[in-house]
Amino acid sequence: MSAFYGSSIRSSWWLWSRLSWFFLYSNMVTALRTQKEVPISYDFLHDTAGFNLGESAIAFTCTDPIHRAMLVGLLNTFKVSITGIALATLLGTFIGVMRLSTNFLVSKIAWAYINVFRNIPPLLLLIFWYRAVFLKLPRVQEAIVFFDPVFPIYIANRGLFFPWGTPTESWSTYRWILLAGFVLAVFVAYRLRQHGKRTGRMPLVSLWFAVILLVVTLLGYVILPDPLEITKPALKGFNIRGGATLSLEFWGLLFVLVIYAAAYIAEAVRAGILSVDRGQREAARALGFSSFNIMRLIILPQAIRVVVPPLISYAIGFTKNTSLGLAIGYTDFFAITGGLILNNTGRAVETLTIILLVYLTISLIASLILNMYNRRIMLSH
Amino acid sequence: MRLLRPNLTLRRRMALPVAPVTDPQTNVLPPAREGNTALRWIKENLFSSLFDSVLTIISLLFLFFALRLALDWVFNLAQWDVITENINILMKGAYPSDQVWRIWLGLYLLGAIVGINLRAWNRELNRTTIAIAAIPLILALLPFASENARINLIIIQVTSAAAYLLTSILGDKRRRQLAAVMSILYIPVFILLLEGFTDEDGIMPLVKSDLWGGLLLSVLLATVGIIFSLPLGIVLALGRRSRQPAISALCITYIEVVRGVPLISILFMGNIMLQLFMPQSLPPIDRVVRVMMAITLFTAAYMAEIVRGGLQAIPKGQYDAAYALGFSGLKSMRVIILPQALRIVIPVIVSQFIGLLLDTTLVALVGLFDLLGIGQAILSNPNWLGRSQEVYVFIGLIYWILATSMAFASQRLEKNLGVGRNYDESQ
Repeated sequence: MSAFYGSSIRSSWWLWSRLSWFFLYSNMVTALRTQKEVPISYDFLHDTAGFNLGESAIAFTCTDPIHRAMLVGLLNTFKVSITGIALATLLGTFIGVMRLSTNFLVSKIAWAYINVFRNIPPLLLLIFWYRAVFLKLPRVQEAIVFFDPVFPIYIANRGLFFPWGTPTESWSTYRWILLAGFVLAVFVAYRLRQHGKRTGRMPLVSLWFAVILLVVTLLGYVILPDPLEITKPALKGFNIRGGATLSLEFWGLLFVLVIYAAAYIAEAVRAGILSVDRGQREAARALGFSSFNIMRLIILPQAIRVVVPPLISYAIGFTKNTSLGLAIGYTDFFAITGGLILNNTGRAVETLTIILLVYLTISLIASLILNMYNRRIMLSH
Repeated sequence: MRLLRPNLTLRRRMALPVAPVTDPQTNVLPPAREGNTALRWIKENLFSSLFDSVLTIISLLFLFFALRLALDWVFNLAQWDVITENINILMKGAYPSDQVWRIWLGLYLLGAIVGINLRAWNRELNRTTIAIAAIPLILALLPFASENARINLIIIQVTSAAAYLLTSILGDKRRRQLAAVMSILYIPVFILLLEGFTDEDGIMPLVKSDLWGGLLLSVLLATVGIIFSLPLGIVLALGRRSRQPAISALCITYIEVVRGVPLISILFMGNIMLQLFMPQSLPPIDRVVRVMMAITLFTAAYMAEIVRGGLQAIPKGQYDAAYALGFSGLKSMRVIILPQALRIVIPVIVSQFIGLLLDTTLVALVGLFDLLGIGQAILSNPNWLGRSQEVYVFIGLIYWILATSMAFASQRLEKNLGVGRNYDESQ
């Protein structure tokens, strides 16, 4: 490639980039000095926030420092992203398999789904569902109730209310039991896998994993004197008390991002399954594999190599898209930092720098995982 | 020079004839098809097994209820007067009504440019190009177009056809030059038309960009974003491949930072911080231009990756051949590598354009009145309270039609360009 850049071009380019960088930076410094007389400083992060946040995974009041508000926002972003990516993967896989169905109608319904949701702006979808559907749900007094006496779930225009447990004294012991159960499950799954590789008869590892985890969870709950105290939501006056709430903003954002991302994931899943050679399936059938085992042992392990890389980049995109929450008032990281904090403190350069750094860190970590995964796949070829 | 480019028309002419249905030597006929083909098709595709039949019945029930719900809403429940009353605002925002002729003039010009380009780059007309050329006519035939809009659309169609015919006078090379120059000049001219020159009393009084809006603004933002980001993207892509570590590090950092953050944060930066980077002596940049700059800077990073993909697809032999012929680095890039690389990535650029068009809805969050922003402005008018479903569905429909038709055109373009075929095959 050296032939393609003469040394004069090289040096002038270098000079120009230096000069323009200096020009932009000095402009910014003078502008900041003359307009606001506040030099760039990040001390404001320790000031008290002065605002309350409705949606918060950790305790937060208006006297807490600003950096804690950012943390609350980051946790809210993760809350939507992690649940959303899991749900979108499930839905996307389902739609992708539907798309490959030999049934004409099923395949066309999946095609229509993918076509519609890839060609409509997600922000429009979000505002539509939130304003035109979710906000038209009944008021709290007329909330829709499901499974009333046993497990009451209330749906109203203020959110979704459901039973939830509050920790009691024995909770700390129960947590240890859960951790031990998890370690045990991982150990057993690992040994089963080893055994399967040695003998060539792979057991249902994930099923065993889930069973062990479930048994330990239930056993612990029975043995200990009620580690959690379950409270059920109930209508009291003008509000619903008890249980836990997930706001409509959360549901709106989650719902729209999931159906949007699922359309893309469906295409990735479809491409992945199609990438496995037909001969693989035929050979497996000739060897007498059941169709479930063909999917589990032959098709999926090969398809997943093709599916995972785009899946990770959709997961990054999903996390970035949570910033759309700003439009409906979901307090994610962007809405808190670029909205509330920026408006309250007026520190544009600092807050936007923090936003850039945080999102960049998230996507760099994700691409690191992607690269590691790609390298692992390449080695096993 | 010509030898270096794969000769597509030649390849097409040399393509093998389609394999015959029957083998002439043994006279074996294809297996006979029994029974009614429609019934067979239904049995094979809808009721091939018990499970399949259950799926079909569930799908039919689902389709029945979904369609009934949708049709009931469209024809009985929805009150569409909110759209018919506000169609002008949705299309052009708060642009003054007595100045709308300037938008139409711009569209006449666009029609002419499409005509010239079709003549310049296509040997013969095929179905895709005719479909593209006839868009104004199709729009004019739509039921909800007003009288005025119909007349103007037909004028656009006539201008387009006239430009096509007039360009035929010119030679092949001249045509292409004309098409390239006109296309490059079009966006600045159109923006100048919209903006106007003089204050108050001239023929074209100043229309501040704060008044631009609706579909006009959405399409303008996406077009400006794609066109201006292309050169920037090429520079970034070449810079990324540079052997000079400082340049490649700079380009990689820019590309990865921009691709790593959401568009909304870039829009916020453009809105708030762009002013800080400019010298104090310059007048403040208005909001639409700031957003255009932000969108361009954002898209440039994605464009750089697209161009890089195209550059990687060019076989090394092309570089070597250019070098062997004594081309300088810049010249071989300009004349040999880039034209081929860009041609490969045209479909990807189109899909990037579709994505950008959908993403421009985000500008509503920084206070611009694009299609979505205008929709929300209409809904905040107490006269139209509670019509949110109608307005959002209409806006969604516009975006969907634009995006799917462009995606379709892009697929056809892909076929016409012969992109996606292996280069070695052609040599």
